[in-house]
Amino acid sequence: MAKKKQIEVDLNSGWAYAPAPESKGHIKIKPQYNQFIGGKFVKPSNGKYFDTINPANSEKLSSIALGNAKDVDKAVRAARKAYSEVWSKLSGKERGKYIFRIARLIQERAREFSVIESLDGGKTIRESRDVDVPLAANHFFYYAGWADKLEYAFPNKRPTSLGVAGQIIPWNFPLLMAAWKIAPALAAGNTVVLKPAETTSLTALKLAELIKDSGLPDGVVNIVTGFGDTGAAIVNHPDVNKVAFTGSTGVGKIIQRAIAGTNKKCTLELGGKAANIIFEDASINQAVEGIVNGIYFNQGHVCCAGSRLFVQESVYEEVIRKLKDRMNTLIVGDPMDKNTDIGAINSKEQLDIINKYIKIGQQEGAEFYQPACKLPQKGNWCPPTLFTNVSQSSRITQEEIFGPVLAVQTFRTVDEVIAKANNTPYGLSAGIWTDKGAKIFNMTTKMRAGVVWANTYNKFDPTSPFGGYKESGFGREGGLHGLSAYLNLN
Amino acid sequence: MAKTVTKKNVKVLENINGVAKTNRLLVLKTYKIYIGGKFPRTESGRYYELKDSSGNLLANMCLSSRKDYRNAVVAARGASGPWAERAAFNRSQILYRIGEMLEGRRAQFVDELMQMGSSKLSAEQEVDLSIDRLIYYAGWCDKYTQIFSSINPVASAHFNFSVPEATGVVAAITSESTGLLGLVSIIAPVIAGGNSIIALASETHALCAISFAEVINSSDVPGGVVNIITGKEDELHKHMSTHMDVNSFIYAGSNAEHLKTIQVNAADNVKRILDYSKVEWNSEEGQSPYFISDHQETKTTWHPIENIGGSSSKY
Repeated sequence: MAKKKQIEVDLNSGWAYAPAPESKGHIKIKPQYNQFIGGKFVKPSNGKYFDTINPANSEKLSSIALGNAKDVDKAVRAARKAYSEVWSKLSGKERGKYIFRIARLIQERAREFSVIESLDGGKTIRESRDVDVPLAANHFFYYAGWADKLEYAFPNKRPTSLGVAGQIIPWNFPLLMAAWKIAPALAAGNTVVLKPAETTSLTALKLAELIKDSGLPDGVVNIVTGFGDTGAAIVNHPDVNKVAFTGSTGVGKIIQRAIAGTNKKCTLELGGKAANIIFEDASINQAVEGIVNGIYFNQGHVCCAGSRLFVQESVYEEVIRKLKDRMNTLIVGDPMDKNTDIGAINSKEQLDIINKYIKIGQQEGAEFYQPACKLPQKGNWCPPTLFTNVSQSSRITQEEIFGPVLAVQTFRTVDEVIAKANNTPYGLSAGIWTDKGAKIFNMTTKMRAGVVWANTYNKFDPTSPFGGYKESGFGREGGLHGLSAYLNLN
Repeated sequence: MAKTVTKKNVKVLENINGVAKTNRLLVLKTYKIYIGGKFPRTESGRYYELKDSSGNLLANMCLSSRKDYRNAVVAARGASGPWAERAAFNRSQILYRIGEMLEGRRAQFVDELMQMGSSKLSAEQEVDLSIDRLIYYAGWCDKYTQIFSSINPVASAHFNFSVPEATGVVAAITSESTGLLGLVSIIAPVIAGGNSIIALASETHALCAISFAEVINSSDVPGGVVNIITGKEDELHKHMSTHMDVNSFIYAGSNAEHLKTIQVNAADNVKRILDYSKVEWNSEEGQSPYFISDHQETKTTWHPIENIGGSSSKY
């Protein structure tokens, strides 16, 4: 058979998109934000504030209260008071109605939240509008309905609330993670002290405004802001009954050690290094979309990102060619533009980490590829990055980068790819691409990972339990399973 | 022979005196440990004396070392995948078989418990409850999946379901006071759920732990699924909890300091820690499918649903 002529996509003509910026005119961002404690916005006890920056242009958006252990103590006391005096005495039905209100208020203000989320975090407006904010509202809506049905969830058990939940969330999905934490905690009858990540406090504080509007009793939800030491004060507070953390495996381990010897209940949703596996019998074009969505969604700031790509040798050349073509069409730039595919890297620090790993990948001898793309002058940017010819022991294969960097390996047999895919301390997620049903079920059962996407990737839903195996943490968020993290099962 | 050993200490006394009421010298068992389906002695060559309440020697038990434990983890890791992949029905039959084997050796276990200080009545109750508990979990093997699974009605066009899967390798420090029941109550739900286990037996009630290993060994349980070592919690709890190839850890002892150390060490590889120190194994609360789900991970699987042609299922 004659060798087919390779056709390259011409990306240099007729592909330009006109700018389509989302308006920011209707957004209100105050110059300064205080912490939300006991139903009031209170100044930090040390009087200090820190800046929150728009990572797309490095400009200051607002000042955020720098909470310390004293503020955390105040918040825990408020949460305890609200728990024992109000919230634990309220019927499940009434609790549920408050949570439904919060869901509705988020839906009403969805556009505002989307814009602020993109301004503060750097993610594309398309994502915050279509994924983060609607999912956050849906999460409240889903768990609201559980509040008066808890006795149906766990056969032969009488579930009771825990008390005060201390919750620490990351910067990659700021509002969505707040929803994942607060909604099930309230539905189960607990009160909450939540700390957003220091680079993305705004939507959590906007959520506090909205919670105040909802009429939720004072102190049921408290939001303190600050850095790691503020989070540590929550973890170590003696009157916290439950710690819920989403973030890096390194910090997760510190938390697990810190609560040793206490009766604090704990759930950890930690890092990942997911295998995304493409078999020769997959629909290749769909798989390429899945690869792009798997690693470049949200700039790769996704704990379940498909950062290790495994391609069966027989289709390797085709997959890489199509992947590179597709990468060339990705638009990197202004998160507020509705055409943008890859927004700004969340912080300067994270950009440094990503660039460090890109350097390591090159030094380790992997083949490096980035499409030529124009990056804005100001702000934190990283083009979609591909490393081929990487080894199983390479650091870019082993360690979580948390950026738009994909490491590609090949395989021949099913056994080989199962062994390679599971050869990691992480176990959060995996992706399988094949059109053969029996192979899908073989692969999905063999993956040591908490979420497995077959012929799709990076899908989330309030009804769908999410969480890891091994060093990716323990406990589940979402669905019926997510309730048990906030209940005593007697 | 059964008659000669019904009286407490008789066996040992007879041996020491060299006189036997039955006019023959009893053949005494060397108690070993159980690793990977084999009965080695501890690689360390060390032993500790297990004595009855009058101070008479019952047996020289293996004082297992860190290396014994590490060997057991290797065996458990090798056995865990194939065991989890066995049909649930098959695991159910094997657990039932353990119950059958224990029933057949009921007298021996009653005798051993009595040698270690139990009254006849409480020894009989402990053995009976242990047998019944195995049958209880045999029945759960092919049922807990349905109890803990869900089909998740996601808002997008995907089929999405969550099922429990075995966590992997479980290490356990078992209850000190109930040598047989405490061991059975921990091992049974862990292996019913497709995990493998390394259990440190009660130090002072270790006789029936090793005899129970013999029961396991004759019950079609694949080698390495259950591993039982004897020794000192004080010495082993640190090593047991730092091992990086153990996924989950049960503490059913009574030392709060040990538990704290275990919890700190567990963070090295994010082990799941289950504190069973307050569980009353001889009550109803000592058995439940939640002891199985304690050592299960929830896996959620997504697959798209293609609505070809927009046809509906109505008819």
